[in-house]
Amino acid sequence: MALAHTVSFAAASAEDEADLGGKCASLARMVRGGAPVPPGFAVTTRAWHEMLAANGLGASVAEALRELAPGDVAAHDGAARRIAAAFAATPLPPAVAKAVTAAYRSLCEAEGAHDDLPVAVRSSATAEDLPDASFAGQQDTFLWVVGSAAVLARLRDCWASLYSARAIGYRADRGIAHLDVAMAVGVQKMVNARTAGVAMTLDPCNGDRSRIAIDASWGLGEAVVSGEVTPDHFVVDKVLRQVVSRTISDKAVEVVAEPGARRTVRRDVPPQRRRAPCLSDRQVVAVAAMARQLERAFGAPQDVEWAIEACPADPDGRLMLLQCRPETVWSRRAAAQSAAPGLNGLVANLLTPVRIQV
Amino acid sequence: MSQLRFPSPYELSAPPGAEDWRSMYPYYLTFRDDLRSTEEAKFWFCDSQHWPRPFKPFEAMTVEFAVKCLGQYNTRHYLVPPANGIEVRFHNGYCYLSPVAAPAQDIPKRVELFMQRAGHYFGHWNALVENWRVKVRANIEAMEAIRFDPLPEVVPMAWIESGVGIDNTVPLLAAYDQAIALCYRTWNYHFEFLNLGYAAYLDFFMFCKQSFPSISDQLIAKMVQGVDVDLFRPDDELKKLARLAVELDLGSAFSAGGGVDATLARIGTRPGGARWLAAWEAAQDPWFNFTAGNGFYADDKYWCEHLEIPLGYVVDYIVRIQKGEAIERPVAALSAERERVTQEVRELLDGEALATFDGKLGLARTVFPYVEDHNFYIEHWSMGVFWRKMRELSAVLRDAGFWDDVGDLFYLGRNEVRDVLADHCMAWAVGAPPIGRTHLDPLIAKRKAMMRSLATQPPKPALNTPPEVITEPFTIMLWGITSESIGAWLGRDSGENRLKGMAASPGLVEGLARVIRSADQLSEVQPGEILVAPVTAPSWAPVFGKIAATVTDIGGMMSHASIVCREYGLPAVTGTGNASSTIRTGQRLRVDGNAGTVEVLAG
Repeated sequence: MALAHTVSFAAASAEDEADLGGKCASLARMVRGGAPVPPGFAVTTRAWHEMLAANGLGASVAEALRELAPGDVAAHDGAARRIAAAFAATPLPPAVAKAVTAAYRSLCEAEGAHDDLPVAVRSSATAEDLPDASFAGQQDTFLWVVGSAAVLARLRDCWASLYSARAIGYRADRGIAHLDVAMAVGVQKMVNARTAGVAMTLDPCNGDRSRIAIDASWGLGEAVVSGEVTPDHFVVDKVLRQVVSRTISDKAVEVVAEPGARRTVRRDVPPQRRRAPCLSDRQVVAVAAMARQLERAFGAPQDVEWAIEACPADPDGRLMLLQCRPETVWSRRAAAQSAAPGLNGLVANLLTPVRIQV
Repeated sequence: MSQLRFPSPYELSAPPGAEDWRSMYPYYLTFRDDLRSTEEAKFWFCDSQHWPRPFKPFEAMTVEFAVKCLGQYNTRHYLVPPANGIEVRFHNGYCYLSPVAAPAQDIPKRVELFMQRAGHYFGHWNALVENWRVKVRANIEAMEAIRFDPLPEVVPMAWIESGVGIDNTVPLLAAYDQAIALCYRTWNYHFEFLNLGYAAYLDFFMFCKQSFPSISDQLIAKMVQGVDVDLFRPDDELKKLARLAVELDLGSAFSAGGGVDATLARIGTRPGGARWLAAWEAAQDPWFNFTAGNGFYADDKYWCEHLEIPLGYVVDYIVRIQKGEAIERPVAALSAERERVTQEVRELLDGEALATFDGKLGLARTVFPYVEDHNFYIEHWSMGVFWRKMRELSAVLRDAGFWDDVGDLFYLGRNEVRDVLADHCMAWAVGAPPIGRTHLDPLIAKRKAMMRSLATQPPKPALNTPPEVITEPFTIMLWGITSESIGAWLGRDSGENRLKGMAASPGLVEGLARVIRSADQLSEVQPGEILVAPVTAPSWAPVFGKIAATVTDIGGMMSHASIVCREYGLPAVTGTGNASSTIRTGQRLRVDGNAGTVEVLAG
């Protein structure tokens, strides 16, 4: 059966993964695994290819990218501008627009909305989030997009971002052929997060796999991911399931949905919340438990984005999983030389003095 | 207040009235003025885990024997590569220890010898431990067989008729020498496997920290502990007796009071009472060879000689059973937790690392039973018999007029006791009065006063400048001498109302503090309180069921105090340095056994 233009995360199968890009494939897998993922759908690479085929857009892109040397920033800038203009000038293929609109409306209805469900529109490139290459942040993400018209406009913007100057430069530096990368786009219900952040199933400071490190702040996780707020930092003992350290920061800004508006805003956090912990120990342990389950399911350390939505029935709120990708820094390193087994190892350890530092 | 180093012993003078305390101890065990510069160059830590209060001259023998025997196994039996033994000095009534590093140039040869010798013990561990039990039982029986008979008016006629040709002082003196020799042998046995056991613990701990740089000691310890070792049998026997009493509907016979004999007589008159009494008798050998103290002090009370102690605990347990409380240790839960935790850690390893982990964990679990159980067989049972024999000897000397109180013998060192015996034997042989009281009355009176004075001044946790490295396994695993503990003693991480120690057993609780300095005060502890003491003993376990947490001055992650608390599911913070002398009874505390902190909230 030919690939559709859109596939809901819940309906996607393992065979569809190559057409969903890294992020969407991961989301689909998480949904299949029963993780608490906000519902949504992927605009597949079929839609991408049809866009490039329309009005010779693909040829314009190829022309702009020809003979671009790595490190030639000015040339990358120029190419990016030309491509952006080409995208802006190309209308969406009608079949694509129809399919995406239908999928969005369907999502709205399932969530009790009517063409106005706030969603995140996220690029999901096919070369992204592989364990040995972190493309994180290279392509664009749009939050609190409301209405099918806005969804279509942001879809086009995501596609175009595959050829931003930064993305061009990133691929050029790593010898990745520009036209080998295709773009899917995820459209997912926004979580109106009270608290959000990231969790890594190892300690990023030393790679310790017995720990889970969590960064959290008020509002949408955007503030943590973009680095514009100093988040609260928690470390959890993965096995004992206890919080082992808490560093509460001065959380000066938060990104929230503006009530009634069709966008997110940055605003100052009220004084009484700035230095208040944004997670209770119980919530910290819940985030850690979810991250640990994902690590088990994928068989490798994970980098997780999560959010907690206010929930009348539960004072701890509802914990949602937004993103999950393989950790790339420590997992790539060769395992530390294992100590010798048996008596040889015991002797070696006896000969390793315990340093006293006070 | 934070400091960089600890005081020098030469700066720490004796409390008033105890200035002459050095006269109570051997010349080779105090800090000498003529060796000041070499002594001050070493770091010494106070062992208040085993000796939480000043020890009398005779009790100093156990300090000496214990520390010496620890050393011999590092230095002369197994050649632990980086570490020889531990030096000991007495100061102001307490003992201070300083590990001796092996010379660097000797290490390669030591490694070779260690591999052979330790290899033999690790390779034949269980069989050797079985044999050890046989040796220790034989040693105990030999001590039990010692008799101190009063010197008779005349040498027995049978000896004349048989042409024996020696007098009764010969066996008397021999009995004393034999008792000391058997005590010395006891301590040799105490350490036969212990150094290797702690080396195995250290190996496992270090491997885990290499694999997981920030892993908590508490998590590592949870993987090692077994749950059914002999050290818990005495308390388990009391619980069984309590359950039997409730099953036989004898509860009211216990609560009517009147002392041990009256209570047991009353039980005997009830239906089912005879069955309970038989169980009570059966439990005593050997499980009532158990002291509320720790076996190092002559006045430690043993359950078999103070039946009111175990009987009192049985009564407590009966009351709790009748209230519907669960009194058993959470063995199933602890075992399940150990397995869960171990499996989860194993999931984080693979290949060679996993195989190495399994091997090291296996060895640590193999040595665990001996490391815990030797405490029962040596400190409790063997030393119980020894102290009883010494009291028998003291009674002979009391009856011969040397002192009024059996406890007075312990104000003399072991060589001085031999002199007293010689004085007694000479007087008996010659037919003239001994010097005896003329010499002993003022001496013992002075020493009693000095001991009282020494007890008023708690010891500093350490002396001189902290070392740069530590290699000796006991120092790390048992005494918990680490950067954290030394830092805590120097005042780091401590505010006025906050103490930092080792996170020995998990749990977060609040409650009122009860500070006790000896086992005699255990009856003061109220339900729900937080017990604060220099150290706790395994025999305090019956009290653990009613308190919220323990806080102690010293003790590493694998010390008995820490292990027992984990086995009983009781939150604990150890190694605080001086909690027992800075916290006051009645203060409200928050104890975090996961983080190793104690906060004074109010009071």
